[in-house]
This record gives sequence, C-alpha cells and structure tokens, in this order.
Amino acid sequence: MEHHIREEQGYHIASLTGEIDLETSPQARKILLDTVDHCEKILIDMASVTYLDSSGIATLVEAFQRAKKNGKHMAFIYLSPAVLRVLSLARLDKVFAIHADIESAIHAEP
Amino acid sequence: MAPSHPMIEVTDLTTHYGSRKILNTISLTVNKGEIMVIMGGSGSGKSTLLRHLIGLEHPSGGSITLLGQNIARMTEQDMTQFYRKLGVAFQSGALLSSMTVGENIMLPLREHTKLDQKTMEIMVRLKLEVVNLAGFEDLMPSELSGGMLKRAAFARAVIMDPVLLFCDEPSAGLDPVVASALDELILRLREALDMTIVVVTHELESAFRIADRITVLDKGDILTIGSVEEVRASDNKRIQDLLNRNFEEEILNPDEYLARLTGETEEMLSYV
Repeated sequence: MEHHIREEQGYHIASLTGEIDLETSPQARKILLDTVDHCEKILIDMASVTYLDSSGIATLVEAFQRAKKNGKHMAFIYLSPAVLRVLSLARLDKVFAIHADIESAIHAEP
Repeated sequence: MAPSHPMIEVTDLTTHYGSRKILNTISLTVNKGEIMVIMGGSGSGKSTLLRHLIGLEHPSGGSITLLGQNIARMTEQDMTQFYRKLGVAFQSGALLSSMTVGENIMLPLREHTKLDQKTMEIMVRLKLEVVNLAGFEDLMPSELSGGMLKRAAFARAVIMDPVLLFCDEPSAGLDPVVASALDELILRLREALDMTIVVVTHELESAFRIADRITVLDKGDILTIGSVEEVRASDNKRIQDLLNRNFEEEILNPDEYLARLTGETEEMLSYV
C-alpha cells in the first residue's frame, strides 16, 4: 500500500492508496498513528482507496479516536461511494468527520 | 437485471455412503449477493451437501467450484488461503467454552493474520455491533442464551469478511421470535458485508423470509430450484407435502417398510 503526506493551508494531508485489508492494515495503522502523533491538523485523503475491509475500518477507528483523545483535528476527504457505503453500514458516517474535499473540510473545522 | 456472477457452481455432485447414494447428480449455481436456502427433511442430503461445499467431505463424483476454483484440484496450502474467504456458522455455535465471547470471535484473526491486538479488538467490537451483542465480548459462552450464542457464532463466522457465508440450521432449536431475529441478522449481514450466503434449514418460515432462491432436496435428489414464489406455486407432490409441513412423513410402501424393518433391503443385502 502506498501513501503520501503533504502540507496544505496548515493541514497535513495523508493520501492512502489501494486496498486497506487484512494484509495492508498494519501498514495503514502505522502511517495513520504516526501522522496523528506528529501532526495537529490532519486530513486523510481516501480518493485512491479502492477497498476497505473490517480491519481497515478498525484502523480508521483507532486513529480517529487517538486524534480525538489528544485534541487533534482529523477528517476524511474524497471518499468513494463504495468506501462511504462501508463506513455508513458500520454507522461511522455519523462518527467520523467526513467532507467532500479539502476546502469544505477546512471550512467546516470547529 | 444485473448479470449473474456465479460464486458457487456444483455440477453432477454424487456421493455414496457404502452402497447408499446420499446425493444424486446434484447441480446448482449460487450467484454473487444471493441468499440460497437449501432445504429438505431428515435424510434429504442437505447437511451432506453443506459439508461438501465447505470441503469437509469429498464427493464420489462431480465437481464443486467456489469463486471460480475447483476445490478438488486445490493444494492444502491453497485451501488454507482459500478458507479465509469462507465463513461457516455451525448449528451448535461451536464456541470454545474456555474462552470469552470476544476471544472466540478473534480466534480466526489470531490464526490467520498478523494484525495488531488493538485492530483485532476493534474488529471484534464492530462485528458484535452488527449482531446486536455490543458489550458482550468479556462474557463466557455459558453466560449467553441460545439465540445469543448463535449470534456470537455469526460474528465469528464473518470476522474475516468472508465473501461466502455458510449457515447450518441457524434457527433450529430457537423460539419463533429469536429465530425471526436470526433471519433478520442474516439479511443484515448480506447487506452490511456484501456476502453471498448459503443457508441449510428445514424451517419453512425462515426459508421463505430470507431466500432469494430455494433448493429443495429430497432423498439426495433436487426436487426444484426456484424463487420463493416458484416453490410455493410448485405442483410437485413432495414439495406440497413440505409446504404442508408433512415433509418428514414418508409415503408408506408396505413392502419396503417390512424389508427395512427386517433388514432385508437391497442395500443391506449388498453388505452381506
């Protein structure tokens, strides 16, 4: 699984690529938790995530919870309909901060 | 209508126990996203068919293709990898009594993955949410009711996000309200996890609630495969017996009955 982190308008934007599944979740977990530990304002760009299984969902849950507990800001952007559906079925669309794009995520920050 | 995409293809499956034919050239296909119910009375061969589908028994003839792969041609190593894509909810629940509910559900992850403990714990809780057992992870199986045990067994069966789920008599032994809740759970699992599901049952109401299609087996033969409406409308005598809940009642042939009681059937004579 590939990833890329860039800075834009004071945000660290972590882009994940490919499938987040039983094989790649440990790597995604490390990327996300490292990002949470070292950055204050984080956007997770999911545009290139093609598949998310339960281990991927669990990874996002852990990272989001850690960010929240540590007073960091974390939001997910550019979710495909398939990934959004998976999160909705786990009712996490009501838990995670999810935005269409960078602009709306920045605009929505409390 | 969406094109069909076969996930299971059974072709001319035949199996014998000794000289007794249990399954007689069975052929059926289960398509992606479908709930196929296999039903029939005792001795119909439905449980034997399930054991063949999950690779616990090998047929005398014919073939089974799961996800495009003929399971008879797979190596043991291939099978181990392949089984990660299958989930099985056994009739008894089959939870280990020495482990908590959460540990039981986590077991396949421990055996087959290298996920972090925290990831596995969250996965277990996600699945417990799906089966309406949130917060039960630290209880022992002995502390759960029959219906709860079955739901926990479902959580374990789907912990690896299988693409194929096999359920053996999910509502057997449960009162109607709990059985109905189990049916709802099967429908929700299909929706939430996008699975193809095969359910073996002799419970008529349950079959009609959950099935996209029903395969009716009788003495090792397929009587019909069709939608709920098609099965209901069938004019086949045995199917109508089933609908009238007389499936277990065999039409008595006095000569056969006497031969069976005296042990002088052809099948028994063949052992002599």
